[in-house]
Amino acid sequence: MKLEVPTLASLEAQGKKAEVVFWVGCAGSFDERAKKITKAFVKILNHTQTPFAVLGTEESCTGDPAKRAGNEFLFQMQALQNITTLDRYGVTTIVTTCPHCFNTLKNEYPELGGHYKVLHHTQFLKSLIKEGRLKIEGGAYKGKRITYHDPCYLARANNIFEAPRELIKKLDAELVEMKSCKTRGLCCGAGGAQMFKDAEQGNKEINSERTEQALDTQAEIIAAACPFCTTMLTDGVKSAQQESKVHIMDVAEMIAQAQNL
Amino acid sequence: MGYLPNLVFLSLLIVGGGFFVRNILRVKRNIMLGKQTDRTKDKTARWKHMARVALGQSKMGVKPVAAALHLIVYVGFILINIELLEIVLDGLLGTHRLFAPLLGELYDVLIGSFEILALLVLLSVILFWTRRNLLKIKRFWKNEMKGWPKRDADYILYFELVLMLLFLCMNATDAILQQQTVESYIKAGSFPVSDHIKPLFEGLNTNTLFLLERGFWWAHISGILIFLNYLYYSKHLHILLAFPNTFYANLEAQGKFRVDGSIKNEVMQMLFPEKATTPPEGATPPEKFGASDVFDLRWTQLMNAYSCTECGRCTSSCPANITGKELSPRKIMMDTRDRLEEVGKNLNLNKGVSKDDQKQLLNDYISPEELWACTSCNACVTACPIAIDPLSIIMDMRQYLVMEQSAAPQALNAMMGNIENNGAPWPFSNQDRLQWANE
Repeated sequence: MKLEVPTLASLEAQGKKAEVVFWVGCAGSFDERAKKITKAFVKILNHTQTPFAVLGTEESCTGDPAKRAGNEFLFQMQALQNITTLDRYGVTTIVTTCPHCFNTLKNEYPELGGHYKVLHHTQFLKSLIKEGRLKIEGGAYKGKRITYHDPCYLARANNIFEAPRELIKKLDAELVEMKSCKTRGLCCGAGGAQMFKDAEQGNKEINSERTEQALDTQAEIIAAACPFCTTMLTDGVKSAQQESKVHIMDVAEMIAQAQNL
Repeated sequence: MGYLPNLVFLSLLIVGGGFFVRNILRVKRNIMLGKQTDRTKDKTARWKHMARVALGQSKMGVKPVAAALHLIVYVGFILINIELLEIVLDGLLGTHRLFAPLLGELYDVLIGSFEILALLVLLSVILFWTRRNLLKIKRFWKNEMKGWPKRDADYILYFELVLMLLFLCMNATDAILQQQTVESYIKAGSFPVSDHIKPLFEGLNTNTLFLLERGFWWAHISGILIFLNYLYYSKHLHILLAFPNTFYANLEAQGKFRVDGSIKNEVMQMLFPEKATTPPEGATPPEKFGASDVFDLRWTQLMNAYSCTECGRCTSSCPANITGKELSPRKIMMDTRDRLEEVGKNLNLNKGVSKDDQKQLLNDYISPEELWACTSCNACVTACPIAIDPLSIIMDMRQYLVMEQSAAPQALNAMMGNIENNGAPWPFSNQDRLQWANE
């Protein structure tokens, strides 16, 4: 099935506007693993006939990794460019599959003049269900033992714990919690720009520690809601040589698959 | 001659109280060395936050055993200190158990409850000591706890133990004197706990008992004044600072990091010179980005440092620390406090002017290696029972390293170069941003 991915520019040329802008993010645009999450989410958007658009080549890094790495100047360069673009199109609502983009757009852009309603895709999917626009069946996930990893920038940073869990439950799956979860969830190791550098000297990688907690639950699937967590946990499962038994899935991917999208 | 004890007591109170006030004013002066930040908006929410987190100890419950023991010691100390009012008045007026005739039976109930609380505090303190020294709970034995921090923690427990024992012994001897109908020892109070230590003192003559009772009484009140003054030199300052610290806490989403509004104009000037407005008065870019010393931090961050009681919940939840990295959020707070104390001593010695001591928080206390190990996951901020924010200090210091010293790890420089050149942290062309839609 061909994906329908209109850009804001193309809609504008037709004199149309989008109800919501899907902020794809750098990982969602370029990273091989994360692109699958992007596509799964677009499939759901297409399936529910949600009028959305992306910025396409007009999107640029939100500046999150630059800010967390200490470069406030570069962060503001990115932010002010993006705000200018978003405001030029009169964007009011943004949905994103990346908790880092979500946090930056929602919490840090307002101080620089960018005021939008920002939703994480798990919140957005939840509202689609609530409005009756999306119906979920468990499909292949029915009865499966699934554990959910809280992304730091969604959970502790923004107090979103329940939306992704509710979606997993809607798949009729058996949700099991890890030793550290919700406010006490353990980081995957990617945040604060760690994704882009080697870890400091220690006795273990953070993603291995977290993966062990996930594997301890005996779950068949580790659900995530962040492209960076997905990458880190996938690596963790590989180094534990469990990749044939345990899969890392974004909540959007599971929903799209279960509905055969 | 008759008023000598009263005068001695008054001097003790003035010296003990005065010294304490002097030190508290020093703490305040040191905290105010920090930069301004506005944490006054939304007062109602702030009072609620303080009531819930500091007074109500809502965040302690994550560790139930520690929470229960801590609650007993906390409630015990506050309630038993009600009796302090009587002790102080007795000392000043030369009376004995001043409130007894006024309160009647209620007095017996109060003294009885204080005794039970004292016993519970005593037991809790012993269990706290056991957890620390015999069970050797890991977070109490990390590197930064070696030396003074370890001793400090034990001294606090010894102080509390001795104060409670003095209180009970004072009551036990008092009770015997009451039975012997010694003049001025009116029949007052009930002694459910000290009744059981009375046998230790029975058989002693009245004079000895009198000397012992007075001795315990004076030692108890002196001990309290010494403990009060010990606070300043100790991590135990948290019993006071937890309140302002939670009141002035950051109440916004934890994911929101401080955005430096003062450089917005400069950035706009670079990006869109036609749109940039002339900067409003006072919005000049800072002379220095980020923090390399305590002077560069906000006053709230410095108050955080003095408030820390080194419980280590932050460190035991830190992913970097769990996996053996140098970073310990508790050490970040302790280092900030120790450096601030050093600066404070410098001010004391040089009549309020800080002489350059060729030292700073960065490198002399906190190493870049610690700073770069942070994943900004907010586990430490969430774990702190009194809303201390080690992460903000780490981020401010990173900002100094990057913006003032260009001292980011090589891989991060590459990442930032990519963002600057192609709008993504990886070296992909921005023109390919939508390619996934056609794959």
